Amino acid sequence: MPVENGSIELAGIVKSYDGVNRVVDGVNLKIADGSYCCFLGPSGCGKTTILRMIAGHEDPSDGEILIGGEQVVGLAPVERRTAMMFQSYALFPHLNVRDNIAFALRVRGISATERRKAADAMIEKVRMTELADRLPAQLSGGQQQRVALARAAITGPKVLLLDEPLSALDEQLRVQMRQELSRMQRDLGITFIHVTHTQLEAIAIADTVVVMEKGRIKQAGPARDVYDQPRDRYVAEFLGGQNVLSGRIERIEGDSAMISADEMRDVIVPLGPRRTVSAGDRVDFAVRRDDVDLVRPEIGAGRQRAKVPSRVRAIEYQGNFVKVMLDNIGSDELIAYVPDRIFYRDPFSIGDIVVAGWDQDKTRMLA
Amino acid sequence: MIELPQATLEADAIPVRRRRALPPSTGRRPWTFYVLATLFTLYVIGLYGPMVCIYILSFQDVRGGLVFPMRGTSLHWFVDLFTQVRTGDVKGAFSRSIRLAVVVTAITVVISFMAGLAFRRRFTGDSVVFYLMIGSLVAPGLVLGIGVGLICNVLGFEASWYTTALGAQLSWTLPFGVLVMFAVMARFNNAWEEAARDLGATAWQTIYLVIIPVLAPGLVAVGLFGFTLSYDEFTRTLLTAGSLNTLPLEIWSMTLNVTSPSLYALGTVTTLISFLIIGICLGTIARIQKRRAAGPAAH
Repeated sequence: MPVENGSIELAGIVKSYDGVNRVVDGVNLKIADGSYCCFLGPSGCGKTTILRMIAGHEDPSDGEILIGGEQVVGLAPVERRTAMMFQSYALFPHLNVRDNIAFALRVRGISATERRKAADAMIEKVRMTELADRLPAQLSGGQQQRVALARAAITGPKVLLLDEPLSALDEQLRVQMRQELSRMQRDLGITFIHVTHTQLEAIAIADTVVVMEKGRIKQAGPARDVYDQPRDRYVAEFLGGQNVLSGRIERIEGDSAMISADEMRDVIVPLGPRRTVSAGDRVDFAVRRDDVDLVRPEIGAGRQRAKVPSRVRAIEYQGNFVKVMLDNIGSDELIAYVPDRIFYRDPFSIGDIVVAGWDQDKTRMLA
Repeated sequence: MIELPQATLEADAIPVRRRRALPPSTGRRPWTFYVLATLFTLYVIGLYGPMVCIYILSFQDVRGGLVFPMRGTSLHWFVDLFTQVRTGDVKGAFSRSIRLAVVVTAITVVISFMAGLAFRRRFTGDSVVFYLMIGSLVAPGLVLGIGVGLICNVLGFEASWYTTALGAQLSWTLPFGVLVMFAVMARFNNAWEEAARDLGATAWQTIYLVIIPVLAPGLVAVGLFGFTLSYDEFTRTLLTAGSLNTLPLEIWSMTLNVTSPSLYALGTVTTLISFLIIGICLGTIARIQKRRAAGPAAH
């Protein structure tokens, strides 16, 4: 029965090549039809293996893969209605743009005139009409990516799998092609699964971000949730933009914990969903770098604010904000992103004594 | 007058360099160029000089001898080569050599291609298989030829150019073909094959629509290697060709009993054939690449 819907369900997926080390270690995930999902993680975390198992280029050692409600393990890629865009695009070097795009039609035995018509329509969709007779070697990285996209999309797949699609491009083009991918996904209205190790890329385009580590999912959810409310230290550090601090709970007061370390005293952190901790535990918590503000010691801060006296260690101008690196708390970095307009009203210099402060309700206890 | 102290200040700040890393270009080449150019010229003369002597002397007229000076110019010895019985069976040897080389080429290309496909991934014992293949290159050709002859004797085959000599030549061309194929395969991206599969191609479609066209220039190179190695093979063929000679064997026997410039004429003809074949192969590779560059027409 052909797959008619691009929803994906992974149930207990395990992949091991040697029977001992699990590259993918029990992954459960549901991806809605027509959504844009990013697998994010460092190299070797199993994200590409998951993609290849969905594509049908590898079989899971255990578990089930359902596409559109159909069990697809053991089926060929074509029967799954998936198409893959390979990391370096894998365009056929001996075929021009049109023949590359028409390849899938050619192997299905569709007549030359018909496949030319279909290919030309697809070429127009990716705006490559003038370059239809070029060979892949004569195209730029961005053009190659469009051809790869068109080649994958011509069979009308329900799921498009993209393996590090932007890693071969330079920075400026990457941002541009990111938008193009987003546009194509909306145009085609199919599920896109995109594998990347770049946090910014993932949160910029994905509806759902899946953060992975060592073959397991650490957190999955809408981009904003994952960035703003990381579940644990790993996710917070991998997505960046957070100060991840660690300390000892002095006491619990209602819904909040008073946390101290050598460099900070009695920082109040809401317990949130973590209610099992008690006084004396060591815990991690996070506060976004742009929620930290810096004042000189003589100026008092308002109530309901955490205050950590510190010293400016380094300053980096980043354009719209200034990255101010403060003395570490234990082994954890403490960094403030100060909007550049505010910073230059009364700029700090290296070695200045400052008080880093933030609203207590902006902090988040980590698992 | 105001600029002056400014200038001295700059000069103080940046110490004057006594010598540049490279002398300024005056348009003259360094002396090393002439030394190396001379060396290369001597090399080319050493490489082609002897052959050119043979070619020149083959165009003498009927009074011609085996040494310089040149006596007249004509195509007499070429005619003599193909008409005189006393010079041996040149025509027959030539046709045998070509036919043998074509068969050897075909087998070498097919088997090297398959070996190249097999070695895309590692498998148990792959290095053993590889070294076994390469090992026959170091075996002395003459000894190997004797061995092939012995085995055929034991098995009751009669040695002939199209059986035993074919086998002996393959022991020489296959390892080379496989080595060239490995170099060709090193530039093959396995993702192309996977992409073809992803797009719905069967295993056979992947081979003839992707793998063979992508590797075509390399396969022509393997074929060229196989052909020239076979066409030129002597030591392994000497004891395995049976009663009828291949061309190199014929030339060798002629050096023993023919004392006319027709021997040189034979050298010129065989060289021309070799160049013709190399030219056809290189032309084919160039055409494949040019057609790719221009973009294929409807097919």
